[in-house]
Amino acid sequence: MAFVRFTDRPGFRNPWAEFERIRQGLDELSRSYAEKSKGSRANVYPALNIYEEADRLLITAELPGVKAADLDLSIEGETLTIQGKRDRRQNEAGASYHRREIESGGFSRAIALPVKVNAEHVVARLSDGILTITLSKASAVTPRQIKVTAE
Amino acid sequence: MTERELKIQEKKAAQPGDENTKNEAYFAPHVDIYETDREVAVIADMPGVTVEDVDLSLEDNILTIQGHRTLQKQSGRILLEEYESGHYLRRFTVAETIDQEKIEASLADGVLTVHLPKAVPTQPRKIEVKIG
Repeated sequence: MAFVRFTDRPGFRNPWAEFERIRQGLDELSRSYAEKSKGSRANVYPALNIYEEADRLLITAELPGVKAADLDLSIEGETLTIQGKRDRRQNEAGASYHRREIESGGFSRAIALPVKVNAEHVVARLSDGILTITLSKASAVTPRQIKVTAE
Repeated sequence: MTERELKIQEKKAAQPGDENTKNEAYFAPHVDIYETDREVAVIADMPGVTVEDVDLSLEDNILTIQGHRTLQKQSGRILLEEYESGHYLRRFTVAETIDQEKIEASLADGVLTVHLPKAVPTQPRKIEVKIG
C-alpha cells in the first residue's frame, strides 16, 4: 500500500476542486453534444428538409444531376424510400481533369414519416435538381375545424 | 451493389466580393473542371437555379459563376433541416487564352456546364528582312 502524505493529497486545499473538475467536464460534454446536433447533419445521401403544415408534409432534397427517370420513390406503411443514381458523365477523349469534386453513384434513403399520410395523394416534383415531395396527411390526423354554435 | 454510394458533401460557404446588405448565404458549388485540346469545361452543381438566374463572366482571366435562387420561406414547422439553401458563387483563374466569343453554357437538372473554347494560337508572323 502506497502512503500518501496528507498534505500532498490533491484537492486538500480546496475540497471543492474535484467537484469543479467534474462540472467542467460535464459542461464540455454537453457543449460538444450541442455542437453536434446543430444542423442535425445526416450521413445518408440525400440530405433532406422536412416541413410540416396543417394538412401536409413537405420533403425537399437537392439532387443535382439526377434525372427523374433515375429516381425511385416508394411508400410502405409509414416509411418513405428515396432511391436513385447519378450517372457519371461520359469522359471526353483526351480530357485531363483539373478538379473532380462531383461524385456519381447510387443512393438509397428510407425515412420514417412522423405522421400518417395518405399514400394515394403523393406528389413528387423534380425541377432544376430539387426534389419536392408533398404528402397529404391522412384524414385521421389532419386538424378538423369544429364549429361552435351559440345557444 | 457494384455502384458507388453517393455521400453527402459538405457545402462550403462562399464569400461574395462585397458584403451584401441582405443576410443571404452563398455557397461554392462543387465543380468538375477538365481540359481538352480544344476547350476547358467547367461543370458545376447548382440545384435550384434556373437559366435566367445564372450569371457568367470571364474578365481578366477570372471566370465567375454565379447563381441566384429565389428562396421562398418554407411555411410550416421544421421537422428536419439537414441542408441549407443559398445562392452560388465561385471564381476561377483561367490560365488558358479563351475565345470569349464562343463560350457556351447549358443548364440541366441543376447542373451547369460551361464550355470555354481555347483561342486558336495566332500564327507567328514572319518578318522578312530585306537586304538594303
